[in-house]
Amino acid sequence: MSIKPTALQESRASLSVRHTLLASKMTHQYPSLTPDQKKELATIAQRIVAPGKGVLAADESVGTMGKRLQKINVENTEENRRCFRDILFSADPSIANSIGGVIFFHETLYQKSDNRILFPQVIKEKGIVVGIKVDKGTAGLNGTDGETTTQGLDGLSERCAQYKKDGCDFAKWRCVLKISDGCPSALAIAENANVLARYASICQQNGLVPIVEPEILPDGDHDLQRCQYVTEKVLAAVYKALSDHHVYLEGTLLKPNMVTAGHSCPKKYTPQEVGMATVSALRRTVPAAVPGICFLSGGQSEEEASLNLNAINQTPLHRPWKLTFSYGRALQASALAAWKGKTENKQAAQEAFCTRAKINGLASKGEYKPAGHADKSATESLYTASYVY
Amino acid sequence: MPHQYPTLSAEQKKELQDIAHRIVAPGKGILAADESVGYMAKRLSQIGVENTEENRRLYRQILFSADERINSCIGGVIFFHETLYQNADDGTPFVKMIKDRGIIVGIKVDKGVVPLAGTNAETTTQGLDGLSERCAQYKKDGADFAKWRCVLKISATTPSQLSITENANVLARYSSICQQNGIVPIIEPEILPDGDHDLKRCQYITEKVLAAVYKALSDHHVYLEGTLLKPNMVTPGHSCPIKYSPEEIAMATVTALRHTVPPAVAGVTFLSGGQSEEEASVNLNAINNCPLVKPWPLTFSYGRALQASALNAWRGQKENASAATEEFIKRAEVNGLAAQGKYIGGSEKSGPAGKTLYVANHAY
Repeated sequence: MSIKPTALQESRASLSVRHTLLASKMTHQYPSLTPDQKKELATIAQRIVAPGKGVLAADESVGTMGKRLQKINVENTEENRRCFRDILFSADPSIANSIGGVIFFHETLYQKSDNRILFPQVIKEKGIVVGIKVDKGTAGLNGTDGETTTQGLDGLSERCAQYKKDGCDFAKWRCVLKISDGCPSALAIAENANVLARYASICQQNGLVPIVEPEILPDGDHDLQRCQYVTEKVLAAVYKALSDHHVYLEGTLLKPNMVTAGHSCPKKYTPQEVGMATVSALRRTVPAAVPGICFLSGGQSEEEASLNLNAINQTPLHRPWKLTFSYGRALQASALAAWKGKTENKQAAQEAFCTRAKINGLASKGEYKPAGHADKSATESLYTASYVY
Repeated sequence: MPHQYPTLSAEQKKELQDIAHRIVAPGKGILAADESVGYMAKRLSQIGVENTEENRRLYRQILFSADERINSCIGGVIFFHETLYQNADDGTPFVKMIKDRGIIVGIKVDKGVVPLAGTNAETTTQGLDGLSERCAQYKKDGADFAKWRCVLKISATTPSQLSITENANVLARYSSICQQNGIVPIIEPEILPDGDHDLKRCQYITEKVLAAVYKALSDHHVYLEGTLLKPNMVTPGHSCPIKYSPEEIAMATVTALRHTVPPAVAGVTFLSGGQSEEEASVNLNAINNCPLVKPWPLTFSYGRALQASALNAWRGQKENASAATEEFIKRAEVNGLAAQGKYIGGSEKSGPAGKTLYVANHAY
């Protein structure tokens, strides 16, 4: 026989339950993803960074495409943008040996090839994963020295759900930081890390693998060590935020800058030094559960980006994640220059693209041997052995 | 904040990294012999021995007289302050005996837990005052690494945000100070096994705690390659009705570490936390056989789980000393194998090795 609790006992009990619930919110795990959702995300991520593969970043906004097309004297029309993406996407199916994923811009996701096939389908038929840029550009952080955060969280869940239906399996969001005397500030680091974590959390709820991109710009005259230091601080904040937001790391990818000196730094560094500084920074900050790291090319030339990626993959430090590419300009520059907007140049443009894709595929395994360059054993001695990163 | 101010020179970094690597060299782990006077009291009373300085010296001598067989399975020994200045019967300093075996000497430097007001009986750990000077002296006296233990517990309301942040911060301050003095910090954020929570809950909490620890280490500019982590394995609470296999424990543990511990960390040396000697070895073995990529050495830093049989065999009797030493050597060799995933469990007969060493609310 149960005894009916008095009103006082009841209110005490409910108070203590409420107190327990409030106080216990952080010590208890509330399910964010089911095992099946986790499995799907992890599988997608692994496919994108499968051995020898990287990402083609073809998600230039209308404005950015405008700059690229202007350089080859081509008008920035929707048709010209479609035309150029068609050159890339209709390349020989063997491209899938080097390309694991393609990042789309919204407009491109709904465009068709010359053969009237939707671009996502063209890509998927090659066995390549389709991704989508989902951020809405940077916005100023008041009270900082021109620093920014990135917007795009509003309605992001619904947009992700729609993109998933329309064939996407991963997304990309770019945050930007810069190095100067007073930058990046604590606010810039914390705010960008937080917004990346929110984006990542929302993506995963909708079956999209989030590529997390905290780009530190190469502008400035700072040296390699400074970039390494800042990169480590930024990445530590990013992974703390991802932990706080309960993001499933096995279902994410990181798209960071390589650790390089600033563009106006008087000192020049070898690819081996870039490799060492980059891998050291990552080893200190990126948990082993992250399946892959796909570097941005950030203004490096095509060859520079390949040589550096190759050196990164030859660095004699243990690396538990794949180290590959997510290149825009560094995959497309030659193709763009070969095309010049002319139909008769299409094949040459495609060949140029395929060549860079293949080279970067090799670089992602540390197997790129540029003609006229010494092989691995000869170049190994080029980095400063005494410098402890 | 965006500027780096030099913390350690290249030589200092190299020295710290070398020390750390030597401690966790393949097949090696740590003997935690740093029990405080108070905790030795409990151990000795269990075998009917009086807690005198002499008895504590005699007991540590049993461990440190082990022969060259421990050279290949013990990479470091953690001392308590008193023990660092004690000698063997023949006058040889304990520190020298250990170093002559090629084993690195470490020292416990924290000064125990203190309560955090306004929490549900949670604690932080004290010992930062004058720590730099103490480390410098310990370095002169032969120590090359240190240990500092923080304690967290799992309940409906704990660990609280404050407890996580405060303990992470104090561990980072301690680490930073150690490295300035050429001492490798072992970082120990122990989450007690008390409670009825399941394996998943422990994994979740362990991940939150470790994420906070590594963020704090980054904020304090600690050189990760010159540190070691001494975490709990991920296990269910002691009163949890569900039983888990060593493989499940291994998977949960390695997953938690892969989610939080940067690859640059030189090694992970698990505490045994009240597991029996055999349990601690079997679990460590399973961890090393876990099929996930593990970028750091995963080995032991065991106190009770290395000493229980030896203590029992000794019982304070001089004539039992060499038998007791043999018991210790046996456990050391078993754990050396477990650290390489080569231990075939159950090779030890159950007896003292199988007895649970769980002490509720364990504090040194």
